[in-house]
Amino acid sequence: MLGFVVRRLLQLVPVLFGLSVLLFIWVRALPGDPARALLGRHATPEAVADVRARLGLDKSLPEQYVAHLKPLFSGDFGRSISDGRPVLESFFDKLPATLQLGAAALLIAVVVGIPLGYLAARHQGRWPDTLLVSGSLLGVVTPVFFVAILLRLVFADWLHWLPTGGQQDPRIDATHVTDFYVLDGILTREWDAAWDAFVHLILPAIALGTMAMAYIARITRASVIEVLGEDYVRTARSKGLSVMTVSRRHVLRNALLAVVTTVGLMAGMLLSGAVLTETVFNFTGIGHYLFEAISTRDYPVIEGFVLLIAVFYSLINLAVDVAYGVIDPRVRLS
Amino acid sequence: MPGPAGPDAAGVSLTRSAWRRFKRNPAAITGAVIVLCFVAVAVCAPVLTPYEPASVEWADEVTLDSGPEPNSAHLLGLDRFGSDLWTQMVYGARTSLVLGLVSTVIGLTVGAVLGAMSGGFATVGGRWGRRVDNILMRLVDIMLSVPSLLVAISIAAVLGANSWSVILAVGAAQVPFFARLLRGSMLGQSGEDYVVAAHALGLRKRQIVVGHILPNSVGPTIVQATLSLATAIIEVASLSFLGLGESDPAVAEWGRMLVAAQDRFDVAPQLALYPGIAIAVTALGFTLLGETMREALDPRSRR
Repeated sequence: MLGFVVRRLLQLVPVLFGLSVLLFIWVRALPGDPARALLGRHATPEAVADVRARLGLDKSLPEQYVAHLKPLFSGDFGRSISDGRPVLESFFDKLPATLQLGAAALLIAVVVGIPLGYLAARHQGRWPDTLLVSGSLLGVVTPVFFVAILLRLVFADWLHWLPTGGQQDPRIDATHVTDFYVLDGILTREWDAAWDAFVHLILPAIALGTMAMAYIARITRASVIEVLGEDYVRTARSKGLSVMTVSRRHVLRNALLAVVTTVGLMAGMLLSGAVLTETVFNFTGIGHYLFEAISTRDYPVIEGFVLLIAVFYSLINLAVDVAYGVIDPRVRLS
Repeated sequence: MPGPAGPDAAGVSLTRSAWRRFKRNPAAITGAVIVLCFVAVAVCAPVLTPYEPASVEWADEVTLDSGPEPNSAHLLGLDRFGSDLWTQMVYGARTSLVLGLVSTVIGLTVGAVLGAMSGGFATVGGRWGRRVDNILMRLVDIMLSVPSLLVAISIAAVLGANSWSVILAVGAAQVPFFARLLRGSMLGQSGEDYVVAAHALGLRKRQIVVGHILPNSVGPTIVQATLSLATAIIEVASLSFLGLGESDPAVAEWGRMLVAAQDRFDVAPQLALYPGIAIAVTALGFTLLGETMREALDPRSRR
């Protein structure tokens, strides 16, 4: 098992290295000279040359890349052009908000999606199934930002049940220990702060979780139907085990394996969706920050965030593979 | 190709039996109808509306708190800039179709070339071939290490806000999926009896790959392309939503309409509902079509 983890981690190195090269070349492929952009149109050629030298732009591309790569290892991803803060610092500042949102979305997706998928499979071909199959299809094809806008429109702007955006009411004087706002409120026993952060989380989490929920329901349904046709299920039933026992011990357990493999896919979906959801709800996580960086063409932030998200995403996928190996011994053997 | 041996399929080709299964499926028909309507609207846009999408000549007819107010001159009313909403919707279909289709074709072409090379080299290329395959697949791994919308975002952010940038961004984000899929199905085919037979007959390696393995492997890729059209249309709208779409106001675009509608929710929710529903329904059409095609082409699903 440890060997498997180490091997997968080693495989990650060339991938991330390659990505950093691609990103580096890509961002420098831009038309226009950053030095000139920095100094404005009326700068003298000497001043431009001076800035180019200071930024290291007069060196060859490979030399520039080495100069660019070295600080990455010490965690220096450069600074944002718009707010001047180190990129890495901003990333870890915003990460808890996004993790909290993603976890809540995944929780909704799993808690609602799996039972729904199971229910549909059990009633295959009858109305609960038809309803779920069409419903989940709608969930898959509706753009995340449209769901987010609709939820905000109905539950925040019209009904005023929930806040329109943000992570917490700024008037609440909350103490932040972990930067996971709901958790902070619980840890510090500031119940009103925890409740307020929770209330702010509901709509974004549902918006982000809808598509993942639809996927999970579809996958659960398909894999339960497949498992129900297996010989071991028939054997278990003919041994006289109750439907409940067979469902719990044989059907769900095997069917959920397929669901676990999709968690990696979900992670990608949630990370992409977070950019859109956080934008709609003004939720200040990495997605929102990335959106602002896009609007101001803040390249160091875009480059750094994409690289950091890739690291994060790869680690999640690695964790999923490991988890899969733990749950299903057959995977470890092959 | 001889028909499959089966009591119900005597003399019926695979394609024909797939088509028969496809026709009987109501979901397939629904998908096909949606897609046909969408394409028809996109193609006939100038016939369906007397106005130009960029026209804002009714700007003085809209006030800050008036809804779209449909009337006989304006089927769905006016948007907040004083443009005809129906015209925007119809031309938006055109934009979606063109951007979605071109980007998917680019993604499919590049991905298929990469995948075919990888699969071809891996199956008949020997040791060096496997090495080429390995390098290509590592490249695909790099592209897959970033979620696809973020790939599109990083490409579009650098290229600037115009249609070509959107097309390249969305197309490039699809490349690794097509490459991996085609390579996978080619490797799957390489062990089949007819490939072994072709080898035994002494056919040239290139002929085996191009003439035998490849044609038998493209099915899943074509299905995936149909499904990808749905994703592409959603991604085009998402990029617009993030301010990375076509910025020329003369081009009507559903994603941008949604953004513009956001601050007038309270008075005119239709402005957001129409384009949002249009995107979802279009994506639904392509998804239904793709999924039912996959089911129909899968010989296991034959009844």
